[in-house]
Amino acid sequence: MKIGIPRAFLYYKYHYLWESFFEELGLDYVVSPYTNREIYKNGTIYAIDEACLSSKIYLGHVAYLLDKCDYILVPRVFGYGSDGTVCTKFQAIYDVVNNTFREQKIKILYYNINPKETANEFRAFLKMGKFLGFKKVAITRAYLIAKQNEKTNQIMDIREQETLLEGNSLKILLVGHQYNVYDRYIGDPIIQYLKELGVAPIIADLCDKKEAREASSKISETLPWAFNKELVGAIELYKDKVDGIILMSSFPCGPDSLVNEIILRRVKGIPILNLVLDGQEGSAGLETRLESFVDIIKIKKEEQHGKM
Amino acid sequence: MEKCKIAFPRFGNYHIALEFLFTKGLGVEYITPPPSTKKTLEIGSKYSPDYVCSPFKFNLGNYIEAIEAGANTLVQTGGVCRLGFYGELHEQILKDLGYNVKFINMSRADYQKPLTFYEEFKKVNPDLSVKKIASSLLTFLKMVECIDEVEDFVRQNVGFEKKDGEMEKIHEEYLNALKSVETKKDVKKITKEYMKKLKNVKLKKPKKLIKIGIVGEYYTIMEPFSNHFIEKELAKKGIVIYRWMNVSNSVIHNDGKKQKKFIKHYVKYYMGATSMATVYKALEWAKEGFDGIVHVKSFGCTPEIDAMPVLQKISNDYKIPILYFSFDSQTSETGIQTRLEAFYDMIIMRKEKKK
Repeated sequence: MKIGIPRAFLYYKYHYLWESFFEELGLDYVVSPYTNREIYKNGTIYAIDEACLSSKIYLGHVAYLLDKCDYILVPRVFGYGSDGTVCTKFQAIYDVVNNTFREQKIKILYYNINPKETANEFRAFLKMGKFLGFKKVAITRAYLIAKQNEKTNQIMDIREQETLLEGNSLKILLVGHQYNVYDRYIGDPIIQYLKELGVAPIIADLCDKKEAREASSKISETLPWAFNKELVGAIELYKDKVDGIILMSSFPCGPDSLVNEIILRRVKGIPILNLVLDGQEGSAGLETRLESFVDIIKIKKEEQHGKM
Repeated sequence: MEKCKIAFPRFGNYHIALEFLFTKGLGVEYITPPPSTKKTLEIGSKYSPDYVCSPFKFNLGNYIEAIEAGANTLVQTGGVCRLGFYGELHEQILKDLGYNVKFINMSRADYQKPLTFYEEFKKVNPDLSVKKIASSLLTFLKMVECIDEVEDFVRQNVGFEKKDGEMEKIHEEYLNALKSVETKKDVKKITKEYMKKLKNVKLKKPKKLIKIGIVGEYYTIMEPFSNHFIEKELAKKGIVIYRWMNVSNSVIHNDGKKQKKFIKHYVKYYMGATSMATVYKALEWAKEGFDGIVHVKSFGCTPEIDAMPVLQKISNDYKIPILYFSFDSQTSETGIQTRLEAFYDMIIMRKEKKK
């Protein structure tokens, strides 16, 4: 049996966990390739016109996997309890995928996170493991190892970023959902271009999540969404260590449409660029905006040095 | 302390019930924002983030117009979609614009603990009486139910009067009469009286009726200006209109478990906000053999976008046409007219073919 994992949405948050869980159980899996034009175009065909760019990309990845595996992993998240809720997209994604690909007779491997109904992550994985035909002992073992592996890797990622923060180059904090920032088609070109300009991109989502969620209340008190809390809190944690902030959202992201506005109105004393990614072709306009943003930061920095 | 003058954004005809709740229950003055117009939306859009959903823009426009009409305290509810974060941003935008107003954001209250709501409102009237609130809350709920009951009847019969506009006239009189009620008993009495009047209106309904159900996002479906008075447009064509979504059905008497069970063939998990009710009613009406369904939402409404792949399957399985409308601040009147016209023609053709 082979499991297909779409390289989109929650993949970026959970890939360490998923990959090592399946490996520990000795299951074969395939991850869809980096987003390319074809995957994106395919996604736009299957998705509702108005859906957000990230969800179109997600459906493109699911479509790619249809004939390449036995089951496609589509987890469903209702929320994270006291840590926050999620965009309704993550509550609906299982049924969106199921209905969209009904004619293709899609087979979905799923698990459901809903702390309200005591469906925490471990129980959810236990259920999924049983569905795959494994015994409780084997599933528990695989989950615990995978969880350890996830934790180690996440700490290493944060440490790696810390060395960047200590460097002397210009640092810009990229505030955006991981599935946008790391996506090869929409977010990664921005990272690469910033590097070309000699800037060290600092990823907001690489931070201590618990600390970030707590820190977010300094900027916004009633923020409902866990992922946005982590990003907003990361601004609080990193803003004194970076020279500028870029907000990266996919069009028309529901939570970001409000949260970015709160950030722009409340985070002062640091240049902020608000980028909305819409998947349109042509990078010239984007590069010009990035270039002038970096120039502004440089000028500001030199002025400050001059004063000293 | 300055006298508290409270306002809540326009939302269907519920401002009449809200006025009662605030004046009688909380003992504060209530300012009803002027009805939403193009200008309301223009003002709201001007100060809102670009791609936020249009209810946010309407609400902001209502707030500013209410402040101009004398309001000094504004209320925003919480909600399970973006609505849950409306309040904090509305408050910030109004503050940045220089308006010096109090803002009661129910997102700060905890739905598990009703007393936290009381604490929020104590900010505007320290002499709040729990007893008074409790009794006026019951009258308020009855008012909401009655407003909905009357609307349902009008919706299914308007457009068929022998004398044009008769129903709308009585409906308006009813809403005016409702403004002077004191007790729950008054509400029942007035409603009974006007329902009788409405039922006495002479109708000329054809034998073969065209039945259309409306589903969709909470605000857009209930605030007629935001959906370009779509129900009125359909009624003009002699269509019987059904709508389940209102405050009575979705808040006071909601049965989520029943809905989930009914649609389990299509949907496994709760998909967020109003999407479940949308799928539930669309499926029920499809099974009952309605002639069509109209789906309305504001542009970018995520839960309703996610209901659409399911609606498409229902449309396929039951061979029922569904017309999708998405409204934003740019929507053109003629575009809506043309699409409604085409939808209507298609339904008539299908009906004739079936004969």
